[in-house]
Amino acid sequence: MSAAPPPATPASKSWTVRTRERAVDALPPEKLLPDGQPTYVASWIYVFGVASIASLIVIVVSGSILALKGPAWWHYTGVGHFFNSIHMWGVELFFFVMVVHLWGKYWMAAWRGGRTRVWITGAVTFLVAVPTALTGYVSQQNFDAQWIATQAKDGLNAVGVGAFFNVLNFGQMYSWHILLLPVAVVLLVAAHVLLVRKHGVVPPFELERRKAALTAAGAPGADGSPHAATAGERS
Amino acid sequence: MSPLGPNDDTQPWKGRYAPYDLVKELCIAVGAIGLLAVLLTILFSSPDDKPSTIAQWARQKPADFVTAAVKELDGTSPIAEYGPPYNHNGTGQEAWILKPQKWLGVSHPIDTEQDFVVGPLAMIPNDPGLTAALAQYKAAPEKQKKEWAEAYAKPLEETATAEEEKKTPPNTVSESNGTVLVKTSGDAGPVPVMMSSLLADAQSGGVDGSLLTSKQFFQTDYTKPLLFMAEGGLLSERAEQHHLLGDQWGMMNETGSYPGQAWLWLYALWYQVEPIKSSPNADILVMLVMGVLSLAFICIPFIPGINILPRKIPIYKLIWREHYRSEQSF
Repeated sequence: MSAAPPPATPASKSWTVRTRERAVDALPPEKLLPDGQPTYVASWIYVFGVASIASLIVIVVSGSILALKGPAWWHYTGVGHFFNSIHMWGVELFFFVMVVHLWGKYWMAAWRGGRTRVWITGAVTFLVAVPTALTGYVSQQNFDAQWIATQAKDGLNAVGVGAFFNVLNFGQMYSWHILLLPVAVVLLVAAHVLLVRKHGVVPPFELERRKAALTAAGAPGADGSPHAATAGERS
Repeated sequence: MSPLGPNDDTQPWKGRYAPYDLVKELCIAVGAIGLLAVLLTILFSSPDDKPSTIAQWARQKPADFVTAAVKELDGTSPIAEYGPPYNHNGTGQEAWILKPQKWLGVSHPIDTEQDFVVGPLAMIPNDPGLTAALAQYKAAPEKQKKEWAEAYAKPLEETATAEEEKKTPPNTVSESNGTVLVKTSGDAGPVPVMMSSLLADAQSGGVDGSLLTSKQFFQTDYTKPLLFMAEGGLLSERAEQHHLLGDQWGMMNETGSYPGQAWLWLYALWYQVEPIKSSPNADILVMLVMGVLSLAFICIPFIPGINILPRKIPIYKLIWREHYRSEQSF
């Protein structure tokens, strides 16, 4: 039995169709999952972006295993301690590669060519990752957690945050650590990656002598005139 | 419009493309980082120092415990005078006209006299001496309660101060078999009996339990036991051994020789710098400085000077050296 095709819906009225069309316009499949990269993307510094995502995946997987068994499991089993160690080193690697990635992107001025939101989502991800890690440290249920919580409370209380974010409350911190903050980090990283795919990897600075040559040849945009397209796209 | 305005001469890439397999790259990266994490785990594991308890504190440092407890009773402990979010006995920290600690109010109310001393004592059964002492204390006027507690606290505080300054302490406080004997110069009323009972209860683990389960059976909020324990010397003694004190760059460190929260180095740095270091409002000042710096970090593309520095300092020539070399060859 063959199903009749659904009646055509006027695009202007269907939220679903409009959402799909906008999504595909912004990120066509070949742009979302490209099989080619501009030749200037040839440096070890580019490894740190994907390494940040890879570290986040390691953190989420190891953290999920810890969450499945409950917060006390890792204290009394070798397997639990093993996964806690992977989780901890995943966090250390995540921050290390993310900081290198951020410094690399700063020296590339990676916000150029309409990529401001790419920088902002990356910077906010780093800032949200800090309390995500802090809530993990105060959820450890060991001496480290006791000490960090009693010290961190003063800074948070001083700015009023302690009124609704109590680092001495294990239950609250555990909830923030395994759900609310990781979801925020993952959503920010997803937005960041989609923006990178949309705008492409920021191209190199034009060297002065090359700019002069382009200007002399009358190339469009060589004098700093505005342009609509973005670098990194296949033309 | 680009934040760099007319100076942003970034052009769409019209040059060559090289084959690229995004999914393969991600899989390789996950494998490599996963292996590195496993390798670090095998080599270094992770720290897990057992937590301290109020029972340990009371057993290992009975005089310190009683000193802290009597300050909770007479309302002179740091938490008793903290202010919001715990009580109204202090105004909290402020900077210029900013008083967020005060504005947000008391959200986790703590009455140190009731919560840390009288409440746990009231839960101890079958002790007629304690019951009588508690009844006498509760029936007394506030002024009398204060005088009793201060009479008991004075020799303890003098001893603690002398030990801190590494001087010979007055012969008014002695420890014997886990008990503390305090020679008071004035009338301390029922306070010595109350303190002895609280110490014995704490040593048996009773205070740990009573502070945790005071609200309900299932409990995950450790605010009271942690605040009480932090008033004593056990936690800070352990923290000093693990280089975790504020002047040792505090909580960015971790027990053992692990990297800890190295990304908090800038927070910790401000606590080492005058005038913040000695300010009574150090915490709010550090948080405000970090708030401004965090905002600046997000807004780097818009900050004149900072946003053109990458163009002025040619680190980019190192990053894109292959690209520039290939351009030269054309």
